[in-house]
Parts: sequence; C-alpha cells; structure tokens
Amino acid sequence: MASVVPHGIGAVQWRLATPLALTYLVFFAAPLIILVVMSFSVDENLGGFTFGNWSRFWSDPFYRGVVWDTLRLGLLAVVATTMLAFPMALLFVISGPRARQILLFIILLPLLTSVVIRTFAWIAILAREGVLNQTLIALGLTTTPLNFLQTELGLIIALTQIEMPLMLLPLIAVMQQIDPALSDASRALGGSKWRTFRKVILPLSLPGWIAGATLVFASSTTAFISQQVIGGARLVYLPSLIWQQAMVVYNWPFAAVASVTLLVVVLAGVSMFAVLGRFARTS
Amino acid sequence: MAHRSTASDRFYAFVMGGLAGLGLLILIGPVIIVVLSSFTSASVLKFPPPGLSLRWYEALFDPVRSGHIHVALSNSLWVALIATSLALILATLAALALARANRPSARALEAGFLSPLILPGLAYGLATLMYFSMAGFRPSLNLLIAGHIVVIAPYVFRTTLASLTQLDPALHESSASLGAGRFYAFRRITLPIIAPGIAAGAFLAFVASMDNVPVSLFLTNARTNMLPIRMWGMMESQLDVRVAAMSGALIVVVLAGMILMDRLTGLTRRLST
Repeated sequence: MASVVPHGIGAVQWRLATPLALTYLVFFAAPLIILVVMSFSVDENLGGFTFGNWSRFWSDPFYRGVVWDTLRLGLLAVVATTMLAFPMALLFVISGPRARQILLFIILLPLLTSVVIRTFAWIAILAREGVLNQTLIALGLTTTPLNFLQTELGLIIALTQIEMPLMLLPLIAVMQQIDPALSDASRALGGSKWRTFRKVILPLSLPGWIAGATLVFASSTTAFISQQVIGGARLVYLPSLIWQQAMVVYNWPFAAVASVTLLVVVLAGVSMFAVLGRFARTS
Repeated sequence: MAHRSTASDRFYAFVMGGLAGLGLLILIGPVIIVVLSSFTSASVLKFPPPGLSLRWYEALFDPVRSGHIHVALSNSLWVALIATSLALILATLAALALARANRPSARALEAGFLSPLILPGLAYGLATLMYFSMAGFRPSLNLLIAGHIVVIAPYVFRTTLASLTQLDPALHESSASLGAGRFYAFRRITLPIIAPGIAAGAFLAFVASMDNVPVSLFLTNARTNMLPIRMWGMMESQLDVRVAAMSGALIVVVLAGMILMDRLTGLTRRLST
C-alpha cells in the first residue's frame, strides 16, 4: 500500500504504543528471561549457575525421545490437517454465499468451543465402546474393538479436528483471492483438474498454507490437555513433561530446560515453514 | 484423449469431495456428539444415549453438588471480563500507533505484539509462575488477569490493525483541512469505522481467555480455580457426565455469541479474509 501518508506519520507513534509495550516488557519478556535464567540455575531460588540441567536433559535418551515425539506430533498434525483442509477450502470457494456462511459457522464453532470440550468429545468417540469402534464393527472392518485412546493415531485424529480451523481460515482467505480466470484458462488449454490444482491452485495458495501450518504446528506441540487426556500416561510430550517437573516433582530448573526446549522447537518449526515459503516462491 | 481427461476429472471430484466431506464430518461430528450425550439418562458417558433426560443439567446447576464448578465459572468470567477490557484499550492504542507505520522498527514491534499467538503457551505459563513467585506474589485472580492480557491482546491488536489499514487516509486529510482537531477526527471518523474490528477482536479475546489452559494451569490454586482447569480435573478423575452438560451449555452460549457478533461485526467475514 504506497498511499500518500499525510503529515509524515510513517513512523511508529510511540506514545500510543508504549502502554502495550510496557505491559509486554513487564509481564511477557521479563518472565521469559527468568525462565531462561532458571534453566541454568542450581535451584529454584536461582542459587548458582550450572550447565547441569541442560546436560542432564540432553544426555538422557528418554528426554531426547520426548523432544523428537513432540516435533513429530506437530508435523503429523500439519500433514493431517493439510490433507483435509485443501479439499474443504476448494469446496468453500466454489460454494455460493449462503453455503459459505454455513461452512464458516461449521469451521468457527469448534474453534470457539473450549479445547477441553473438544478433547472431551474425542474421548467419547475414540473409547473402546466409542462411536468410532461401533462404526468400524458395524461396517465389518473389525470384529474386536481397537485401541485409539493412548495411541499416537488417536491423538492425531483428535488434533486434526482441534487444530483444523487454524489451517482452514488462512487457506480460505488466500484461495478466495485466486482469480478464477486462471483456473479457467488452465482448463481451456487442456489441463486436467489434477494438473490445474497442482500448477495453479496449489502454488497460489501456498502463503495461506504456510500461515496455517505455522499455527497448527505451534498449537499442537503445546496442546497440553489433548496430549494429557488422549495420549494418557503412555505418551509423553514436552508439555506434560514440563507440567510434571514443575508441579509434581517441583524441579523448576529442569522444567525450565524443558520449556526453553519447547520454545526452541516451536520457533525452529515456525522458521522452517517461513523458509519453505520463501523457497517455494522463488523457485 | 477427451474421454480420459473426463474420467480423471471425475476421479478428482470424487477424491476432493470425499475428503471435504470427511473433513466436515470430523469438524462438526464431535460437537454434535457432545451435545447429544449431555442429555443422556445413563450414569456414564455413552453415545448414542440409552435414554434422554436432563439429570446432568440438573446436577450441573445444583449449587450444592456443583458449587466448585460455579466458583470456577465465575472466576473465569471475571478474569475474562477484566483482561478483555484492559487488552482492548492497550491493543487498540498499539494498533493506532502502528497503523500508518512502515519502517522496520514498526514491523518488528508488530511481530512482537503478535508473538504470544505463536510462542508455546505452556512455556509462558510456567515462566509467569516462576516470575510471580520470585516477586513474592501469592496466586490470585489479579495475576491471572495479567497473564491473560498478554495472551489475548494479540487478537484485538490483529483485527483492529486490519480494519485500520482499510481506512482511507483521504478521510483524515479532508477532516484536517476542514479544521478538525486530531482527537475530534479520531472520535468522529476513525473510531466508528474501526469499532466493528475492535468488537470482533474483543469477542475472540474473551473466548480465548475463557478457554485458556496454559497460563491458568500454573497460576490457579484451590481458591482461584478456573473453569477449563476444573473441567480437566473432572475428566481426569472419572469421566464425569457433568462435563458434557457444561460443554452443551457453553456450546449454546458460544453459538449465540457467534451469531450476534456476526450480525454486529461481520465476524465470519473478518476471520476468512
């Protein structure tokens, strides 16, 4: 937007930004600094400096496994939401205004109902006598009920719904702006629908996918309640490790190490998606 | 050639339509299942319910049996109300500060203000616990409000900034050339145009505060219990069907809020463009 800016207000009006900036300094930046300091501390009173917490965390294959599982969970959630979000976004774009309104309510309702409720619903579906097993048995796909709770598969199915709106909304926003004439031209030139999707729709909606993937990854790696309730005690991810170390074992320095690790994992994932976006745009 | 391409096109429609249908089912199915199971007459959670009754809603609204849930609900409502009001003022001012700015410092500040949306909430929640306890504060609703402001301010900031960028600068120039002061121009021109954006952001912020787990998890104790944490506790110990009744009630309230906000502020359009 290169509009003519009147009276030289191209700069930040600091007086208006100061209240929120100060709030963030005192209640956001300062706690995070304490968190990082705590991870190098001997005890929870910041008694002395040590690398011990970090080396204990990273030398233990169990904790390294937890980091890897958390990363993997985030990536699998991105893959699962992507597979369903693209067709749903296509459906949205070809729908009329009335249908679009209904679709938006279907997308937004789960987003606005508490994560605890969404997780609760999935217990009723994934349990041994749950809806999914009843359906599979009725269809004759299995004779004995399958275990979905406390499995990675069950958790990913639940996260697909829980995180889907975060992927769909940016994707829909970008896809709506694609000129339909481009798809028409591709079809008129003899391109199949698959080819049109791959060559026109996919590349043009990439910025929306990047935004959605970032949000889904960040949200599913830190989805404590879903991981705890559906994953149960058998699956341990960084958030449950943090909670357990901080509130059950009361080892704050170690919990801080796990928290900073989670921060780094999420930031690494987010920057990876950003780089992916830049790479895809230039190639 | 033409024949082969239509077969592939039909397959495309079949695959995409099937996946879209599955996606819709996964999105809305759980919501419907929770609402229906909340009317069960059984003493355990089961779908489909063997019979219908309002017993779990009665149990939920009973002040004797569910007093602790009511306390958690009123705590959550209070924190969400105060945190949203403060976040609304702070974030609207910040959005005004950045609306016309295009320097790198402005981009950095914008990213900073939005960063709580991306940073893992659980790490921040633990950080606030450490920070407040080192500062010598005991858990209280005020600490929860402070933590919630940080987490929900980005919602107001984002929607307000978006509506400000659509504001025509010519409106300001003409009001200035007609002798209007800056505050007068803000009150009579800017504010009415961006008000729906602010309201939509405030609605999302309120909902985010009501739903917040990561910060509340670390800053609550028995006295300052918050609704999502309370509900989690009820799910962990035994599958208390009152959670389903609570979910049913909350879903109805959220749906009503969504319809109202959509009428007033074009909420759905705002979130999809």
